Amino acid sequence: MSQANIMDDEVDIVIGALHSDLTTFMNEWRPVFSQFHLIIVKDPDLSGEIQIPEGFNVDVYTRSDIDRVVGSSTSILFSGYSCRYFGYLMSRKKYVISIDDDCIPAKDNEGSLVDIVAQHITNLITPATPFFFNTLYDPYRKGADFVRGYPFSLREGVTCALSCGLWLNLADYDAPTQALKPELRNSRYVDAVLTVPVRAMLPLSGINIAFDRELVGPALIPALKLAGEGKFRWETMEDIWSGMCVKVISDHMGLGVKSGLPYVWRNERGNAIESLKKEWEGVKLMEEVVPFFQAVRLPRSAVTAEDCVVELAKIVKEQLGQSNPMFVRAAEAMVEWIKVWKAVQSG
Amino acid sequence: MAGTSVAPTPLLKDELDIVIPTIRNLDFLEMWRPFFQPYHIIIVQDGDPSRVVKVPEGFDYELYNRNDINRILGPKASCISFKDSACRCFGYLVSKKKYIYTIDDDCFVAKDPSGKDINALEQHIKNLLCPATPFFFNTLYDPYRDGADFVRGYPFSLREGAPTAVSHGLWLNIPDYDAPTQLVKPRERNTRYVDAVMTIPKGTLFPMCGMNLAFDRELIGPAMYFGLMGDGQPIGRYDDMWAGWCTKVICDHLGLGVKTGLPYIWHSKASNPFVNLKKEYKGIYWQEELIPFFQSATLTKDCTTVQKCYIELSKQVKAKLGHVDEYFIKLADAMVTWIEAWDELNSTSDIPKGPAK
Repeated sequence: MSQANIMDDEVDIVIGALHSDLTTFMNEWRPVFSQFHLIIVKDPDLSGEIQIPEGFNVDVYTRSDIDRVVGSSTSILFSGYSCRYFGYLMSRKKYVISIDDDCIPAKDNEGSLVDIVAQHITNLITPATPFFFNTLYDPYRKGADFVRGYPFSLREGVTCALSCGLWLNLADYDAPTQALKPELRNSRYVDAVLTVPVRAMLPLSGINIAFDRELVGPALIPALKLAGEGKFRWETMEDIWSGMCVKVISDHMGLGVKSGLPYVWRNERGNAIESLKKEWEGVKLMEEVVPFFQAVRLPRSAVTAEDCVVELAKIVKEQLGQSNPMFVRAAEAMVEWIKVWKAVQSG
Repeated sequence: MAGTSVAPTPLLKDELDIVIPTIRNLDFLEMWRPFFQPYHIIIVQDGDPSRVVKVPEGFDYELYNRNDINRILGPKASCISFKDSACRCFGYLVSKKKYIYTIDDDCFVAKDPSGKDINALEQHIKNLLCPATPFFFNTLYDPYRDGADFVRGYPFSLREGAPTAVSHGLWLNIPDYDAPTQLVKPRERNTRYVDAVMTIPKGTLFPMCGMNLAFDRELIGPAMYFGLMGDGQPIGRYDDMWAGWCTKVICDHLGLGVKTGLPYIWHSKASNPFVNLKKEYKGIYWQEELIPFFQSATLTKDCTTVQKCYIELSKQVKAKLGHVDEYFIKLADAMVTWIEAWDELNSTSDIPKGPAK
């Protein structure tokens, strides 16, 4: 089956809309997105109608859809940046690609427009190599291979479940970093994709990701909400939490996570110093959460992503719940999410 | 732009030795002159000691041939390979410097995408002088590089990093492939310049290539034993691999970091794949046992120095790999001999040395 076939029939592009006017955004992405089905989910807290230009195959979901499908008490899960998870829920495709609405296509070192769909799909349909590090990065890329000393029994690799892309211009820095270095812009295009090794943890940014929804869809969870969570990425940790969960679950299920290409170009907005005031809670949080995720082990009986999330939620409640009620709420949200996921998949 | 002046990288010319194994000549040094001339070079001459190795004028070097190795180490010389570039680790043994850079004699200066010559040594020094981040993966790679930083979600308590013990560089042109891959893809060339340095996460092993490698000898030197290869041995082309696995296990245990990526050198010679296949053959099978061994190797709390870690590892090699082949029993003994030689040469000051020049 050629890559072109795979792409059209099996891909959904999900955008969480935190701005109502998406005209410029959609026009910038037209060369890359126009042949695909798009799911746009409007942040339930956003007022005004979504504006999208003509010529796209798109479904838009708003607050009333969210309330209808999951009930108004559960719809709280999907506010702000987390609205995109509702899109993952509604998707019926194998692969989902999701980017923030303040990104436009980047250009590579040769000056060509980066087709993030083609690159993410390539990442997802070629194996990952989490058990041994290949010093020439992705061995399946054209012009590369496994190096001398790479065990032959590990060269089949495993299925890749998640592809984490990167950002030129405004990289995904936290508020303290951006406040300290207001001029810092990422201009380095690193021409590599690599597998993040098993048991290595990473900060999973939700700005530019793609995943195999059939394999790990349930494991991308809208669970952790900071008390002061806001409408700038600096003011959220929901994707970071979700990323720790999905990495642990992928490791447990023997699936791979890749990081690197493709790049998007991220535009500036927001004031880091203002956001700094809100983000301290999130920053302290990671200090507790990281040792927990590095040590957590899921029981063998957890085989599917749904099982894994439920088991993980139990352990989160037991171990992290004691120190901070936010974790208790996160654990409960994880369980709620799985209920909703299962209901929607079967209904 | 807000003033972000980058401090120039220190030369470290009195703190770094360049170690080069050779069985041919060192004409390649001529191309490296602008970058290597300030440094002291330790040449380890393999093969026939009566051959004279031609070294270009103007370099400060000491040269050791097999006779010197035998004279300096006496019976312990048995741990140093003959007729294999693994003999280079003798250079690490006799060096008195803090840092080592080792390079093969078929590696030349590469150009970056802008066409500029790459000063590989300067990049290695940068890598060694700034921390590594083995405990959590930074998606923007080396956070200490100019123009980069830690990304959102990276724990603040881990942002000090760990000391960097090893800097593993890469190769443009002839990539470091094993014999089977060379046979299948004889024309493949590495043309992709990946502009990144990254830390290999704790708990993850990698294939360490000795062609373009730098390390902090004070932090990890004793682990850089390149094993028994070449003449009289059943295996070749696994010297650097062996050193790399031991080094990574010990670095992980001691909280030290290993970086890979930049700098690139230009690798000019493709060795004969049929010759390579003969050398690697046993390694290809043995590797399947070696990798699980290293992946599960644990060192006890009282292994607080590199030497203690290494001796402990040698015991485990004997106990758990002895059944794979008798070679591993010999290798385990050689590992102990190496540490004895290391401690002897690196604790007292008046060892008779006198290299042949």
